[in-house]
Amino acid sequence: MTDQPLEKTPLHALHLEMGARMVPFAGYDMPVQYKTGIVAEHLHTRSEAGLFDVSHMGQLRLDGPDAARALETLVPGEIQALKPGRMRYTLLTEAGGGILDDLMVTNRGDHLFLVVNAACKADDTAHLKRGLEPRVKVTPLPERALLALQGPKAAAVLARLAPAVATMPFMSAEAQSLDGIPCLVSRSGYTGEDGFEVSVPADAADRLARRLLCEAEVKPIGLGARDTLRLEAGLCLYGHDIDRGTSPIEADLGFAMGKRRREEGGFLGADTILRQLRQGATRKRVGIRPEGRAPAREGTEIIDAAGRAIGRVTSGGFGPSIDAPLAMGYVEIAQAAIGTAVALMVRGTPRPARIAAMPFVSHRYYRGPAANS
Amino acid sequence: MTVKFTKDHEWVRVEGSTAVVGISDYAQQQLGDVVYVELPEVGRKLERGKEAAVVESVKAASEVYAPLTGEVTAANSDLTAEPARVNSEPLKGGWFFKMTITDPKQLDGLMSEAQYADYVTGLG
Repeated sequence: MTDQPLEKTPLHALHLEMGARMVPFAGYDMPVQYKTGIVAEHLHTRSEAGLFDVSHMGQLRLDGPDAARALETLVPGEIQALKPGRMRYTLLTEAGGGILDDLMVTNRGDHLFLVVNAACKADDTAHLKRGLEPRVKVTPLPERALLALQGPKAAAVLARLAPAVATMPFMSAEAQSLDGIPCLVSRSGYTGEDGFEVSVPADAADRLARRLLCEAEVKPIGLGARDTLRLEAGLCLYGHDIDRGTSPIEADLGFAMGKRRREEGGFLGADTILRQLRQGATRKRVGIRPEGRAPAREGTEIIDAAGRAIGRVTSGGFGPSIDAPLAMGYVEIAQAAIGTAVALMVRGTPRPARIAAMPFVSHRYYRGPAANS
Repeated sequence: MTVKFTKDHEWVRVEGSTAVVGISDYAQQQLGDVVYVELPEVGRKLERGKEAAVVESVKAASEVYAPLTGEVTAANSDLTAEPARVNSEPLKGGWFFKMTITDPKQLDGLMSEAQYADYVTGLG
């Protein structure tokens, strides 16, 4: 533990006012839950709309005519072909093939806009500067806050403030004025639900959050439910499910790598990662459904039918929407097929479980007026 | 019958020669939504301060310690189907197990309801 005082997001006072239980997270004093608790918040997000403060996350912009090409030296994603107003999930890789962070990259036309994990943002910024400057100007945006509005009612709610957001397709972004506040609105999120992430000037974040909370469908949601929602959606949590010791192939994140990039390489760790892509990795990230009700937590050993250790749980808990325990973790490739019977060593006792398809709860992204009609 | 408390937030209610054990309202609030409870089998010998049960919330697993030394005489099977009872009625239907009392003097080392309330206030 460090004695460093925790940082506060621009919504800190609002969290306290709403009765949040605050916990340290990535150096910030953050709400883990509000009065109704994690299960109610989780279920509310899946049925209505939840407002999340994710201002602890890092926002950066990359400027320079060559920014997309330059960034491709650090990520395996297709950035050059990313159209203005579109965004993409990709990874910062390192020379050995491990993952430094996962991130969102948006083409803003005249620059790239990046959102990175809170715990990684200082290292990411240094890494980006080292790898890209002076070709590209790397600018952190600490003067911006980030809100997420997630759930099946999110679009109807946000459209009351800016009608044009209603038809924005998943993984698109555009500048919008919300209640007179200039924002960057993207149709994206970390819950598996339809929804938005809104980059807003820090000094207007509290006002925007209060405005959104006035809408009947909207309730504040803490980090606890954010974690159960993303786990049900099968989404990775950096530092747990992916880190410097896991490669994109092992993590089954091939979709974060562009087709051209797989052929051309040219990003940090490409040798290792593309070799794994050709030859196959020895282990793979999988979903796991424990039988019975007992959750298996991060670090739980996974064994095969013969009692041999084949991997570990990297995220595990209880899924309120599936009303059952769930986990993800890494297992040897031979045991990674969906339906494979395994056992989880919970408090010294092997408990039956099966490798399961992810997501555990179907994604409900909005693909555009034609796709969703 | 009076209820006594441990520093680890278990409660004990003595009913004749038996002690009923659960976790306090403060404990259930700290845990949040309880989704799973692992109870000791009837007949298991418990030692004061050693692990007796496990309670899991959405976020984490926590141990429940035996407040006394004795033998388990009953476990609350209602919690298997309805673990949220630990949240909704921690001192009533949310009890965990019943046990014999090997050494009644151990009860003297537990806190009264008022002492426990002060203790929890001191935790901030």
